[in-house]
Amino acid sequence: MSSMELRLDTRGDYYARNFQPSHREGSLILNMGPQHPSTHGVLRILLEIEGEYIIRADPVLGYVHRMHEKMGEVMTYPQYYPNPPRTDYLHALAWNWAHVAAVERLMGIEVPERAEYIRVITCELNRITSHLLWWGAYLLDLGAFTPIMYAFDDRERIQDILQRPTGSRLTYCYYRFGGVSADIDHRFIEDTRNHCAVMKERFKMYKSLVTDNFILRKRVEEIGEISLETCRKYGATGPVLRGSGKAYDVRRAEPYSVYDRLDFNIPVYDTCDAMGRYLVRMDEMQESIKIIEQALDTLPEGDYILPKAPKRPKPPVGDVYFALEGARGKIGFHLVSDGGKSPYRIKLRAPGYSNLSLFSEVAQGTLISDAVSILGSLDLVIPEIDR
Amino acid sequence: MIEAIPTQFIIIFVSMLAIMAFVGLNAVVLVYLERKIAGFIHRRPGPYEVGPHGILQPIADGLKLVGKQIFTPTGADSYLYWLAPMISIAPALVCFIAIPFGPHLQVINTNVGLILILAFTGINVLALCIAGWTSQNKYSLLGAARDVSQSVAYEIPLLITVLSIVFMTGTFNLFDIAAGQGAWPWQWYIVYQPLAFILFFICVLAETNRAPFDLPEAESELTAGFHTEYSGMGFAMFFLAEYAYMVVASCVIAILFLGGFQGPIVPGVWWFLAKVYIVLLVMIWIRWTFPRVRFDQLLNICWKWLIPLAVLNLLITLAVIAL
Repeated sequence: MSSMELRLDTRGDYYARNFQPSHREGSLILNMGPQHPSTHGVLRILLEIEGEYIIRADPVLGYVHRMHEKMGEVMTYPQYYPNPPRTDYLHALAWNWAHVAAVERLMGIEVPERAEYIRVITCELNRITSHLLWWGAYLLDLGAFTPIMYAFDDRERIQDILQRPTGSRLTYCYYRFGGVSADIDHRFIEDTRNHCAVMKERFKMYKSLVTDNFILRKRVEEIGEISLETCRKYGATGPVLRGSGKAYDVRRAEPYSVYDRLDFNIPVYDTCDAMGRYLVRMDEMQESIKIIEQALDTLPEGDYILPKAPKRPKPPVGDVYFALEGARGKIGFHLVSDGGKSPYRIKLRAPGYSNLSLFSEVAQGTLISDAVSILGSLDLVIPEIDR
Repeated sequence: MIEAIPTQFIIIFVSMLAIMAFVGLNAVVLVYLERKIAGFIHRRPGPYEVGPHGILQPIADGLKLVGKQIFTPTGADSYLYWLAPMISIAPALVCFIAIPFGPHLQVINTNVGLILILAFTGINVLALCIAGWTSQNKYSLLGAARDVSQSVAYEIPLLITVLSIVFMTGTFNLFDIAAGQGAWPWQWYIVYQPLAFILFFICVLAETNRAPFDLPEAESELTAGFHTEYSGMGFAMFFLAEYAYMVVASCVIAILFLGGFQGPIVPGVWWFLAKVYIVLLVMIWIRWTFPRVRFDQLLNICWKWLIPLAVLNLLITLAVIAL
């Protein structure tokens, strides 16, 4: 090997070197990320481009790997409370819920009805904040700066509401084994009702201002078509799967909590493109509002946490899997207990990981602008993928 | 006794200084306006801390840019790298000499004023091309490539629409074009050439790299496009040039379609500035309202819509003139 070749070979890191050798004549290797405005965090995508067309795309993960699973194995159960919400910081309560509910299922703890309703209300509010942020950030990717400001306006108000019972604004850690940490008061209920009414008006404005915009439709319609087959192959869930025409929602497929008593639709679009995923999320926010209003109407009185809930639980030997519907898809929490103070093994199933996996297949042959649009439409939260 | 300096030279020297001051001042005002209007559209206050209502914010920004470290990337041709921002700003200044700001306020009343402006604005492409090439950055290169194809494509409909006005008036002289229109809106060429106005405006947005056609610096795709690597005053020059070209373009729109300095009661200069700023406000408004188009769509708009429509408009104009 000549010295020149050697120098070329030692350039870049492991991923770049393994990506480079097979590249085509006349193509350009582009590192998109880890610091790039539209990868939303520290996702890195190696692109091989010819002009503006993408020949190959390869996501590189692990820049914010924080060993959440390992941390779960060395910490006691209550010590692990704040960790799951920090994996997906946008839909923190869903992860909080997954952790709490897995332990509850393993120990056979019956959660009071009021606590279940509170969980549903807060989790759905959190889902709306997550989708709102996605909506704003996605349009930011497409070059429209203004919508994110409007999205944040609504999002801030929901955060104000959630701050009352939970005490935090982003990485909520509100659910406890056997219930929730604090009861909701009349002001929370009033504010939520008012805001739900406001949001319904806002959705009309969002539709007329953004969804019906000609340029936006040109940027998202028939872009990034993900067939149902591809979704199945990679295990994509959530709005990605529902945007491809499959009505799969864990809240309906494997009902948990009190979702089976609530009346809501699963928005499905079979266009398979970015617009389908966009519309699924827009509709989902409205469905969430429907759920919240129903839950508030039928909110029962009672304890918000089981009075005899174990403070330092020691679940029996065994393993348990609990799945729920997060804003990005199916969140899975697999927990193996050896009967000790801390779990033997924790496995987190992050929906974003599966959703990102299909990117390299879908991005092939598209333009860089389309790749940005596709990446945005998958709604990725990188800390959740890296865990 | 030294020989007297030619009067023409003194006039041009003084007016170039005045133009530089005007461009600088305009940039300051536009930066403030852009941020305040963006704030208004976003329903937030915008700059508010530096001075009353944040009025000194552009000055603070300028000071910050002057104070930044001048940085040349490894492997970049530093001569060309720093030449690019200068090539970008210089033609923009030259363009102003042909613009009649008022009935008595024009540096050179030349018969080729319009051609001069179109020719000098074309040089900007070269600057962006050099900047993108010498930056040693793939994003810069892509941005420059986008800019070249975009500018080349959009110059064609731009010139054709300008031609329809030129055939109508029979002159390239900007002063004569402005003087040929009346004081009232129904006497302006926008009434005779509404299609040309729309086409020209779209082309101007693309030529000045303004949203929704800001692809060479599409921040969500190419980080910052051709000026990714520039810091401090290098970036500031590109920034200044962008605003200068916006002002030039608005001036040309005001002259060709909105009656230039013509207007009732108050002196023409104020009318001219008012018209220029209205056009600029519309450009800012558009930027904060629309998403960005995709690159192939951008070129499709040009080749499939703008050029045929511009040619059609030109043919109709010619037919009407012939009758």
